[in-house]
Amino acid sequence: MVAAGDNSVSVTVEDHPVVRLDDVTVQFDRQAVLRNLSLEVPQGQTLAVIGESGCGKTVLLKTIIGLIRPSGGHVWFDRYELAKMRKPLLMRIRRRFGFVFQQAALFDSMTIGQNVAFPLRQHGRYSDAEIREIVRDRLAEVGLPESILGKKPAELSGGMRKRVGLARALVLDPELVLYDEPTTGLDPIMADVINELILRSRRQHSVTSIIVTHDMRTARKVADRVVMLYPLSRLGPGESQVLFDGPPSQLDRSTDRRVVQFVRGEAGERLMELRRGSTHRAESGDG
Amino acid sequence: MNREQPAGAVCADPVEAAGGRSLSTLFFSDSGSVLGVACRMSSVASTPRQPSGGVRTALEAWIVQWGGAVIDHVAAIGEFAFFCQRTAMWLLRRKPRPGTLLSPMHQVGVRSLPVVALTGTFIGMVLAVQSYFQFSKIGLENRLGAVINMSLVRELGPVLAATMLAGRVGGAIAAELGTMRVTEQLDALEAMGADPIHYLVVPRFIACLLLIPALTVMADFMGVVGGYFYCVFILGIDKHFYLYHSAQFVGGFDLVVGIFKSLFFGGVIALISCYRGFHCDAGAEGVGRAATASFVLSFVTILVLDLMLGIVLDVVYSVFWPSGAKLF
Repeated sequence: MVAAGDNSVSVTVEDHPVVRLDDVTVQFDRQAVLRNLSLEVPQGQTLAVIGESGCGKTVLLKTIIGLIRPSGGHVWFDRYELAKMRKPLLMRIRRRFGFVFQQAALFDSMTIGQNVAFPLRQHGRYSDAEIREIVRDRLAEVGLPESILGKKPAELSGGMRKRVGLARALVLDPELVLYDEPTTGLDPIMADVINELILRSRRQHSVTSIIVTHDMRTARKVADRVVMLYPLSRLGPGESQVLFDGPPSQLDRSTDRRVVQFVRGEAGERLMELRRGSTHRAESGDG
Repeated sequence: MNREQPAGAVCADPVEAAGGRSLSTLFFSDSGSVLGVACRMSSVASTPRQPSGGVRTALEAWIVQWGGAVIDHVAAIGEFAFFCQRTAMWLLRRKPRPGTLLSPMHQVGVRSLPVVALTGTFIGMVLAVQSYFQFSKIGLENRLGAVINMSLVRELGPVLAATMLAGRVGGAIAAELGTMRVTEQLDALEAMGADPIHYLVVPRFIACLLLIPALTVMADFMGVVGGYFYCVFILGIDKHFYLYHSAQFVGGFDLVVGIFKSLFFGGVIALISCYRGFHCDAGAEGVGRAATASFVLSFVTILVLDLMLGIVLDVVYSVFWPSGAKLF
């Protein structure tokens, strides 16, 4: 499938998905966060990656965009292998990505207008008038008025900041959009607005999306496919880190107890751990 | 450190292995890659420990601790050098983005000027107060101008301007970039195809490098004025002799030496502050620590550089003006 060569940048892949991870391992200070993870995301698919905190969801997103280099394996985007790519080319490739950060990551020193215009100015092919028009359109798409253009991010609510972050991520019509917990910390109504915006952006721009979330409503509503990751520290020997890979409708039918517990939001054996911990503390205190 | 752990586990955290927060974590980065290198190297250097205990085990643990700490420091210095090299590359390769230079220049130049001028004035007067007593005892109070002005233009002016810059601007740069790191703004820059070094570090480096000579000249000037004012109007020293001896002893070379040194100070302040901001630990505490560490490290480096440049410039002086003072 892969016509491999020494120069990984120019290697072509036949029948390639938009994103492919081959046997990817990421570790920090000798502690692995992702181990031998393989994943393919075809063109136009919306994939939700679910899992509890610390299972490596955000690390997975940052590895796909090349912000974290894997210690092993290959990360492919289109025809390019990102893990071994030189930085100037990686910078150019990244303009085909959109990344919605958990806390929006808007630049504090810039106005909202400047924030949304940043990728356009970085791209450098648009006149000021074009930039103004595109920024206005994108903000209107996410339901924000023109009056916020001159405001600083600190003056906006969390939901508005998230929507500005979404507008900024979509401003260059990216082929792949990565969402890092887009609805975390929002009220249910604003979370649903964001879900609708993700669906709408998919319909309008037919993008491929990877959504990292632990909000099951988001996963069920927007995703075509769900992958559940599990923390390596809790896995048994030889077990795969991917506990579930399939359409969201199959989540409830999973035979894996850990998947069902996560989907239903049940603590399960964690409660036992809590009880054991408090008993242990009480015994130590008595001693 | 848990003595029952195998050697590999001890190496997993050389900072912990060194008995808490090592100097290098204050000094430089404790980012994953640095520790990763340190761990790998120390794990190669160490041998698996026997659970039998005793002197040999304690000695091995000691070697692992200190070896890990030393490797950690060396790796951190390497990473800082790499950061400087990337800054230099971007500096030479491409102009700063329009609009990114003005704000740091305003911060470094315009907003630092009043505080530098004020401290310069007072240091000039303090020098007069401190040296008058000694010089009047041997009847040389008329020569005070030479001492005060020479000290100011060669040493105190540049060091004082650099210290104020490190405290006022260096801390602010580290805190600003640290906040950007913690809130993922640096990742966002990279994700949008902009290099944070080119976008954030290069403009701050240029601003510090270009404007610290101006701040130094301001500190020198206000110090000279402050010293003159105190000597002539408060201590009653004859102004003719004060100015005559000043002109006789303080030359253009002394002024140039001070300004030349300040260029190094400005560059170092910018690089250290940006580096500490980029490698900030998570949370508000991490940002605060980055700001403090950047000031402490900048100040120590300024003084070390001051000594080294002082020695080198004196040698240069003695080569070009052999009749002048020679250090060794």
